Amino acid sequence: MDNSQSKNKFISAFNNVEERMNGESKSPFHQLRKAAIKKFDELDFPTVKNEDWKYTNIAPILKHDFITSADVKTNKKAIEQFLIPGLKASLIVFVNGSYSKELSHITKQAAGIRIENLDALLKNEPELVMQYFGRFAGIDNGFTALNTAFAKEGTVIIVPDNTEVDGHIHILNLSGASGKNLISQPRNIIVAGKNSRVKIIESYHSLSEEENFTNTVNEVSVGDNSYVEIYRLQRENMKSFHVNRTQARLGKNSIFTHYSVTLGGSIVRNDTNILLDDEHSTGNLYGLYLTEGSQHVDNHTLIDHAKPNCQSNEMYKGVLNDSSRGVFNGKVFVREDAQKTNAYQSNKAILLSDTAVIDTKPQLEIYADDVKCSHGAAIGQLDDEAVFYLRSRGIGEEMAKTVLIRAFANDIFETIENEVLHDHLNHLVHEKLK
Amino acid sequence: MSTELSNVEELAIKDYKYGFQTDIEMDIVPKGLSEDTIRIISAKKNEPEWMLEWRLKAYKHWLTLHNSKEPTWANITYPAVDFQDIIYYAAPKHKPELKSLDEVDPELLKTFEKLGISLQEQKRLSGVAVDAVFDSVSVTTTFKAELSKLGIIFCSMSEAIQEHPELIKKYIGSVVPYTDNFYAALNSAVFTDGSFCYIPKGVRCPMELSTYFRINTSGTGQFERTLLIADEGGYVSYLEGCTAPMRDENQLHAAVVELIAMDDATIKYSTVQNWYPGDKEGKGGIYNFVTKRGACRGNNSKITWTQVETGSAITWKYPSCILQGDNSVGEFYSVAVTNNHQQADTGTKMIHLGKNTKSTIVSKGISAGLSNNSYRGLVKVHKNADNARNFTQCDSLLIGDRCGAHTFPYIEVSNHSAKVEHEATTSKIGEDQLFYLRQRGIAQEDAINLIVNGYCKDVFRELPMEFAVEAQKLLSISLEGSVG
Repeated sequence: MDNSQSKNKFISAFNNVEERMNGESKSPFHQLRKAAIKKFDELDFPTVKNEDWKYTNIAPILKHDFITSADVKTNKKAIEQFLIPGLKASLIVFVNGSYSKELSHITKQAAGIRIENLDALLKNEPELVMQYFGRFAGIDNGFTALNTAFAKEGTVIIVPDNTEVDGHIHILNLSGASGKNLISQPRNIIVAGKNSRVKIIESYHSLSEEENFTNTVNEVSVGDNSYVEIYRLQRENMKSFHVNRTQARLGKNSIFTHYSVTLGGSIVRNDTNILLDDEHSTGNLYGLYLTEGSQHVDNHTLIDHAKPNCQSNEMYKGVLNDSSRGVFNGKVFVREDAQKTNAYQSNKAILLSDTAVIDTKPQLEIYADDVKCSHGAAIGQLDDEAVFYLRSRGIGEEMAKTVLIRAFANDIFETIENEVLHDHLNHLVHEKLK
Repeated sequence: MSTELSNVEELAIKDYKYGFQTDIEMDIVPKGLSEDTIRIISAKKNEPEWMLEWRLKAYKHWLTLHNSKEPTWANITYPAVDFQDIIYYAAPKHKPELKSLDEVDPELLKTFEKLGISLQEQKRLSGVAVDAVFDSVSVTTTFKAELSKLGIIFCSMSEAIQEHPELIKKYIGSVVPYTDNFYAALNSAVFTDGSFCYIPKGVRCPMELSTYFRINTSGTGQFERTLLIADEGGYVSYLEGCTAPMRDENQLHAAVVELIAMDDATIKYSTVQNWYPGDKEGKGGIYNFVTKRGACRGNNSKITWTQVETGSAITWKYPSCILQGDNSVGEFYSVAVTNNHQQADTGTKMIHLGKNTKSTIVSKGISAGLSNNSYRGLVKVHKNADNARNFTQCDSLLIGDRCGAHTFPYIEVSNHSAKVEHEATTSKIGEDQLFYLRQRGIAQEDAINLIVNGYCKDVFRELPMEFAVEAQKLLSISLEGSVG
């Protein structure tokens, strides 16, 4: 299949779904979907001619004929391996894009906190969904359009003013069925009211060895004086395709911290965009990707400083082995009024093999003068002298290299306050390096 | 402080010092571009058949590009250029055969004097040979005899086509082929003149070679073509400096510069560009769309680009190095200043192909007024470029709250032994630095000049002595008063 065949397939799939609807096709929410599929028809899938997709060719994704559901038997015991041991968390499980009530487990929360499945909420309180849906993630590329057109399942988290969510919320996404190629398009909405606090983990795993495709869109609103933390953990199989977009808007005095850890997947594209929309807000973006084989990981970030006195910190690190390929594109945008902006960006990559490739593009676009913005990019390999130092102390070469890579990656992790999470991520990196 | 600021701002409204037009009789080909225009240009210059054919090939290629219009990817905005509304050839009617300066048209000499490039001065004091390009045809070439003793060829492009066709045939378009980009194709089709220099094996050029471009005659697009070749072990330092008279309509300047360095050769190419930037409302000014590229063909060769860009309404320029030879070195030092409505999108490309190749990029952008200044660069390390090394530093200084500074670096690495570093900062002049200087009795204006000059020092250091002084002066003129 080529791009246009694939595009037509999605459009006719949409029409099929629409035909089978009863009264729902008249609902205001479905009108949003309809507008999105129209937009998708116009936008199409991006190609490498598109500057934002210059280094990432998605044609291999579109070669497959994905199906939306399959019968998969799994149980609480089987999914234990995907959980974070020792972490106190509410668990929301999606299997091939569908909410699984049996596997999910939501701990008791303070009054007013809503942690729900989008599909259920659409049936019971569509007005509530309409209030937030599509407010932050504008449809500006084919994948977001597609996700919006097929929006049905996902997690809606609404935290009222002056409330803190107890423990973490872990959104577990499992995909795959043996012998089949599955597509899932989760749409998550996270709304933190004023003076609230919430910490979320979204993780992606495979249940089979086949090529699956996940196309996620997250919309996040961080209220005034609030704190939102999101960990995105990508551990799908080495054949999977993953497109993920997170769009966050920050209110006054708020803090948004985002971690992106990519270990699995064949072609992975992460877009993390934040809008610092009121004064004294802080955005922190951290990322780590370890790639091997023929993996392709593309991290795009956009930090939009729209208001004065905001801060942003960004640090992305990558370790690339074999003939894998990494892409980093980080853009810091400082608008005219955003005086007293402080923006710091750094991205570093280590190439371990002759055939690994890294393309990086750190961009600054600045229209205000009273700002401090800097970015640094470095590409290199493990320091021979450091390896030698370790070896001279009787540490084997493999071990020495692992130690150095873990130290390199640790810069990202040491900002994690939760010890359980810190150790888990560290453990995952260690496992991957074996 | 606010009253001081307004004083300072008044100073910014400084008129373009070099705005004047010289009345010399001109030989002009009617406006417009067609195959005939090219044939006329070629015939007027008495060019051999192969040259005309090459021009026509370029023109045909350009036509195919023209359908898709001018490139629009740069971070600049301007009304579309009407390529039929440009005079493609203008030459002073009497081309004098000169041996000494006394024979030069006095009117012309006056122009140069106003520009501050008195030929006599230069010849007598600084030992700089000047190939002064007055509009499109070289008028005078000095020190030629002295250079030819060493076997160095330094002449205008038209002369070189007549006298050294084998060199031109071999090298023209070998670094910037006419298929390279829209403006390179246009230039290849209609280029009128430029400079040619050949440094033979093992010769170190004893003086700084230099050419001053002037754009004269209302509505003449200047399409210069420069070709510099340093053969094995050769060394040459080349200066290019520009000023142009004040004019209302936008003028297009699409030059092509090609540098070729063979084994162990070194080329230093320095530019001070101060064309008319347009008035305070952004009216008029030069469009400077230039393709500059150097090829380090040989082992241990080195090419250094140094540029001080203060003029032009729009600058669109990426002097690049192709590091083919092993151990070759590419350097790029740039100061780009934009004020009022100026727009600059400039940077470099360092393509690492050979082993142990090194490149350094130091770019200092200064934006003031309503201007926009972008750095756009590419560092590419190919698979076989073992131990490639790059260091990039691009800093932006913002003066005033309505200007923009942007950085678009591309880094593409396909070799694991490469070491690539990139640093960029954007900030305004530090209040504490200013306060420190003011406290010691240094006037605001001087203090800012001092800080800005210090900020640009890394680049000025790379300029030849004669230029460094001029560059510093230019910088303070360009920024005068815009500071606050």
